[in-house]
Amino acid sequence: MTMPYYASAEQVMRDRSEYARKGISRGRSVAVLTYADGVLFIAENPSSTLHKVGEIYDRIGFAAVGRYSEFESLRVAGVRLADVRGYSYNRRDVTGRVIANAYAQTLGAIFTEQMKPYEVELCVAEVGDSSESDQLYRLTFDGSVVDEPDFVVMGGQAEAVTARLREDFRAGLPLSEALMVGVRALSASSPAMPGNGSGDGLLPAAQLEVAVLDRRRPKRAFRRVVGAALGSLLGDGGGPAPEAATHAHAPSAPQPGTPAGLGDPAAPDTAGGAVDGPADAGES
Amino acid sequence: MDGLTQSHTGRSGFPPAYLDRVGSSFTDFLATAAPDLLPSRRQVPSVNAGDLTPHGTTIVAVTYAGGVLMGGDRRATMGNLISSRDIEKVYPADTWSVIGIAGAAGIAIEMVKLYQVELEHYEKIEGLTLSLDGKANRLAQMIRGNLGAALQGLAVVPLFAGFDLDAAAGTTPGRIFSYDVTGGNYEERGYAAVGSGSLFAKNSLKKTWRSGLDGDAATRTVVEALYDAADDDSATGGPDPVRRLYPIVYRVDAEGAVRLTDAEVAGIADTIVGERAAADRENVDRGF
Repeated sequence: MTMPYYASAEQVMRDRSEYARKGISRGRSVAVLTYADGVLFIAENPSSTLHKVGEIYDRIGFAAVGRYSEFESLRVAGVRLADVRGYSYNRRDVTGRVIANAYAQTLGAIFTEQMKPYEVELCVAEVGDSSESDQLYRLTFDGSVVDEPDFVVMGGQAEAVTARLREDFRAGLPLSEALMVGVRALSASSPAMPGNGSGDGLLPAAQLEVAVLDRRRPKRAFRRVVGAALGSLLGDGGGPAPEAATHAHAPSAPQPGTPAGLGDPAAPDTAGGAVDGPADAGES
Repeated sequence: MDGLTQSHTGRSGFPPAYLDRVGSSFTDFLATAAPDLLPSRRQVPSVNAGDLTPHGTTIVAVTYAGGVLMGGDRRATMGNLISSRDIEKVYPADTWSVIGIAGAAGIAIEMVKLYQVELEHYEKIEGLTLSLDGKANRLAQMIRGNLGAALQGLAVVPLFAGFDLDAAAGTTPGRIFSYDVTGGNYEERGYAAVGSGSLFAKNSLKKTWRSGLDGDAATRTVVEALYDAADDDSATGGPDPVRRLYPIVYRVDAEGAVRLTDAEVAGIADTIVGERAAADRENVDRGF
């Protein structure tokens, strides 16, 4: 193997940081805020299926910006770690700190050992029994981890959104007010808004992905705020948002006596069936 | 690497298997990351091991207008001994389905635990719950993995029931699936029972259950079927007013799976016992 040029370690790290930062700054922003009953995630995300915010475990949530394929594989790894730990010990033994540490070590190792660093920034949030015990961990592409109070902003316009949130944010806001504070801050510097958000308009519900970790919910605290619930929290400023697709399967009917998948060839769960069957004959 | 090391992260964070994007099944993931946590990967010595663990007994499930009900008695036996009077053998599998278990209790409980994580894991990774048929099929695969142990006396036979969120218009949303030890998966019509008292429970349901019953009437058929099973099967426990132990009954409807309160089940059980006692007194009065 030849080493045609020498590059100092400092130079290599600087180049990688710059590369990762550039990648992250192209994306839209995500804000994670604490509120009276837990933690609120607000992502500027026009897609209703490619999520930036997700559930890791009972009291733990995840938000990310950057390259989708990279943070998605990290999210899946987090869910796996949480489920393996919860299954082999007890559900109580899964903590946000464990997940955040695993992310920090993984991101750190990738940053130093691989040519291309991950272009992602993550937030791992955990709700406790009271607002004092809520935790927000911010993880950057180089594996550094910071425990933040109040809120975390990540993504392209992070600085502008953070500045806006510093003015408006107060601890212990009710959900609707915390959401308005967050959406206003995101809208003010969103490239999707007319005049780069210099106007007073708010991002419509269809451009937002909102979820909460609500400490009042038993066991699984994570809940997506979608559809009519989001519309009413936003004061219906943004028109109807898409409903969540939590159970979108082809309709099924009970078929006692017929093993699943061995029934009518036209049924959605039976393999095969005619490509040009008689059912198609009358159409087209 | 053994299972415990794999549930911790290494010095460089997640082990490679964790970052592999392929697969949304928890069981499949454990098979690569921590295979010794899987019940089906364990070698059972080829002797009859059936006496080593308590055995759970009767589980019944019935559909009704709004969904499905599942109930189980509270007894576990080891040979001629009653090893538990208050074991619970019906569990929620996820928000929309319940699972009841008969057979080797130790393995069955581990299987239910794994199955619950399996469904939740899929839901978290895919952002979508499995279809009810998909859940039933997944459980069949887990039972199939236990066939070796089943042949040595550690059989687990579950009963699975759920509310079908994708039910086509005009069909009943409550559905029941039964299994055999080889992993055969059969959808049942109306009602089903498994375990040592299932013969008597099914006979009881045959007379009491009708399609389109409302929730209260259907709950009564479940409790009554368990009473009849306990009446004739020594391994099935009847209502125990001395210790205030009554069958566990779950209802799954459009609102999700809920466990009926002990007071509610106790009320139904007491009514049934009262009616049977009154009927018997009439027989005595007539000179039998």
